[in-house]
Amino acid sequence: MSAASESVRPEPSAEDRFEYVLRLADTSLIAGQRLAELLGHGPALEEDLALGNLSLDLIGQARLLLALAGRIEGRGRDEDALAFLRDAPDFRNVTLAEQPNGDFGATIVRQCLLDAWQLESYQCLTGSSDRELADIAHKAVKECRYHWRFSAGWLARLGDGTEESHARVRTALESLWRFTDELLTPDALDARMAVCGIGPAPALIRERWETRVATALAQAKLERPAHQHYPWHGKRGVHTEYLGHLLAEMQCVPRAYPGATW
Amino acid sequence: MYTQALDSPEAAAADERESERLERFQARIDRDEKIEPKDWMPEAYRQTLLRQIAQHAHSEIVGMLPEGNWITRAPSLRRKVVLIAKVQDEGGHGMYLYSAAETLGVSRGELIEQLLSGRAKYSSIFNYPTLTWADIGAIGWLVDGAAIMNQIPLCRCSYGPYARAMVRICKEESFHQRQGYEIMLTLSRGSAAQRAMAQDALDRWWWPSLMMFGPSDAHSVHTAQSMRWKIKRFSNDELRQKFIDVTVPQAEFLGLAVPDPDLRWDESAEHYVPGPIDWSEFHAVLKGEGPCNRERLEARRAAHGAGRWVREAAAAFAEKHREPPHAAPAG
Repeated sequence: MSAASESVRPEPSAEDRFEYVLRLADTSLIAGQRLAELLGHGPALEEDLALGNLSLDLIGQARLLLALAGRIEGRGRDEDALAFLRDAPDFRNVTLAEQPNGDFGATIVRQCLLDAWQLESYQCLTGSSDRELADIAHKAVKECRYHWRFSAGWLARLGDGTEESHARVRTALESLWRFTDELLTPDALDARMAVCGIGPAPALIRERWETRVATALAQAKLERPAHQHYPWHGKRGVHTEYLGHLLAEMQCVPRAYPGATW
Repeated sequence: MYTQALDSPEAAAADERESERLERFQARIDRDEKIEPKDWMPEAYRQTLLRQIAQHAHSEIVGMLPEGNWITRAPSLRRKVVLIAKVQDEGGHGMYLYSAAETLGVSRGELIEQLLSGRAKYSSIFNYPTLTWADIGAIGWLVDGAAIMNQIPLCRCSYGPYARAMVRICKEESFHQRQGYEIMLTLSRGSAAQRAMAQDALDRWWWPSLMMFGPSDAHSVHTAQSMRWKIKRFSNDELRQKFIDVTVPQAEFLGLAVPDPDLRWDESAEHYVPGPIDWSEFHAVLKGEGPCNRERLEARRAAHGAGRWVREAAAAFAEKHREPPHAAPAG
């Protein structure tokens, strides 16, 4: 997947691999947990069920990825130890994923921006030199295609629906746009993983994400907001205040009964 | 209007035709034929079914709330995905059931309006709170267990669309019941705190689960006619007894105590005999005085209200993008 040929590819360190897989795992987990909050409260029964599907897919991806991260780490932590017994600064999800659901428009905008990134990332990761990661990506990319169809479809309906719906998604887009900076700004780990052939070339993700999102925004009659610099990146453990609350709720039972089996 | 017309010969003839139709209808039921949406049916049959199917649909939708309350706090990722899938199944059941009800001539929108305005009923069990994780186990084991007892006979109900919806629903409910029991089994084999949590959940859900079968036969107003029409196949008390007989040994296997000091095994009848049910609680919850009646309805109203602009946007979008009729491809 990278330009480097097989023979000259450097071997990634276990720490790098662990960290990189956690970014993907935590992004799916936190996005899935956010969507799970909505079950039973959607704007119509069909949307309730669809949001539940998205949540199930994302948590399913997280389980596979966390289990892989645990194996890479080799310290005996399983999917639940990683999900329930880490503190907020140890989470590596992109900040966009932890943003609150807000109204249905804000949920859709968040999902749309994130779905485009996950879809392009997993598409590239199907060719990863890490076989286990590539296998997970093969499964995830099919799910992400459906997620994108759902969120981009709703973005179009809301953006090109009524005056009210247009205003609501425009506001959500303005407010969430700053978090896309993280999706498209590679750091040293992204660069090292690309060189190893494990992760995609960051420039490729940026280009494909931009094209995909531009098309969706045009269909939704929404203007692309101006670039907003936002250097506090969840993938390095620097989160918004929302993550702590999400984790307090998600982790409360296993933390209250240490060592219990559920 | 009807009584005024009784005197005329035309009305007398119409009356006779009506009674013939009723006889033919009953004969079809007696032959175990399925009644389909376009078949003639007595208005009372239609109304009884509509009331029952709509109540059932509303129960599925409201029933998403007490369990949904624990999705974000499920104690493992496996439990979380199973619970999401289960709550989603309930939404799906609501959808099939609203569709079955629509075949009787009332739209889903109108039915939901009846629920939100408080005119339609839903199962009282969902007006109880889910206070600990063990409640998710107890709901699956007891509430879904009781629902299955009620619903399996409905797969043979005389009304085709309802019977067919119930076949699929029962398959899923049986999975729900097993996952609930498995949660209880894990808790009861766990720490002292987990066992206490399981016992507390059984203590709170046992009696409301018995009440799910409805008033005792002596006080059930709809039973006799519903049984003649084969909408209902067993009486409330028969089903309740069956549930108790199946469930008490399951509680024993878990090492949990059924919270009924009068419960005893009747050797000659080969049944468990429970103590008296506190029907005043049942009637109070039915009247809206249960612990969560207000919260459940408010949650449904809030979701419906918050979704209004979304539904309007979807309708406006569909209208803007509707293909003009002449644009349909020829041939």
